[in-house]
Amino acid sequence: MTARVGVVTFPGSLDDGDAARAVRIAGAEPVRLWHGDPALHGVDAVVLPGGFSYGDYLRCGAIARFAPVMETIVGAAQGGLPVLGICNGFQILCEAHLLPGALTRNQHLHFRNRDQVLRIESAGTAWTNAFQPGQEVLIPVKNGEGCYVADTATLDQLEAEGRVVARYVGGNPNGSQRDIAAITNAAGNVVGIMPHPEHAVEALTGPSLDGLGFFTSVLKHLVGAPA
Amino acid sequence: MPRVVVDVMLKPEILDPQGQAVANALPRLGVGDVASVRIGRRIEIEFTGEPDLDRAREIADKLLANPVIEDFTVRLVEADETADARS
Repeated sequence: MTARVGVVTFPGSLDDGDAARAVRIAGAEPVRLWHGDPALHGVDAVVLPGGFSYGDYLRCGAIARFAPVMETIVGAAQGGLPVLGICNGFQILCEAHLLPGALTRNQHLHFRNRDQVLRIESAGTAWTNAFQPGQEVLIPVKNGEGCYVADTATLDQLEAEGRVVARYVGGNPNGSQRDIAAITNAAGNVVGIMPHPEHAVEALTGPSLDGLGFFTSVLKHLVGAPA
Repeated sequence: MPRVVVDVMLKPEILDPQGQAVANALPRLGVGDVASVRIGRRIEIEFTGEPDLDRAREIADKLLANPVIEDFTVRLVEADETADARS
């Protein structure tokens, strides 16, 4: 049976269309979810896409966290539902306390938009099992508030538990502590990533096809997951 | 009616690039004696009934501030001290 992967649209989401397309190219059925509808419609995994939910008012992701659909997603994620937050989605996951730390204004204050090399540090998550640990991938980064911060104890814990999922290589685009580009929760089902794998799934529009691995990973994970 | 004012500031250990950018612009105004600038946010809350500081604290903790990176203070101000009254 084809896996069903939900993609949430918040007011101000930008990359929900590309995320749904990436899901389809990876071989799954994208299911569009609406911020105001708490139902997950039987999806097997969820992507929180990039953009500027609620206009980034107050703090990025701060208001989206209280959307009806997020109330359901938080509970489901705690129960093991694979959730990938990309860019604004990563910010929402941190605001919802599904992931530790926070994303703050880029240190140099510039919006950064470029193709970025990442090193996959953890291939043990639901969203990165198609990669080899240490593998380098090329994926677009585009953010103004992508500087990952957490206290030293949290950073040390993430490192010790292998929960740093990806790091920036060849220049840190936003000042993130310890070059962190992506992290995961303790169970490995929730991943937040600042760069955009959904923009690197086709030769026509992306700098590589490396982003596809994140979406094929979750399909592999779902096949292996107990029903 | 008094309002509750919530002041939200980045924690001291969190870098404030906006504040730094402002501080770096001050010499262009001929100001040379400022050591640092930190930028925060002031929120005024008007309750339908009596102002409720505990409720305001809950709002601040859950939504207005992110305790990972920010601290907040909550206080009552009289109506004539609010931003509206001064404008």
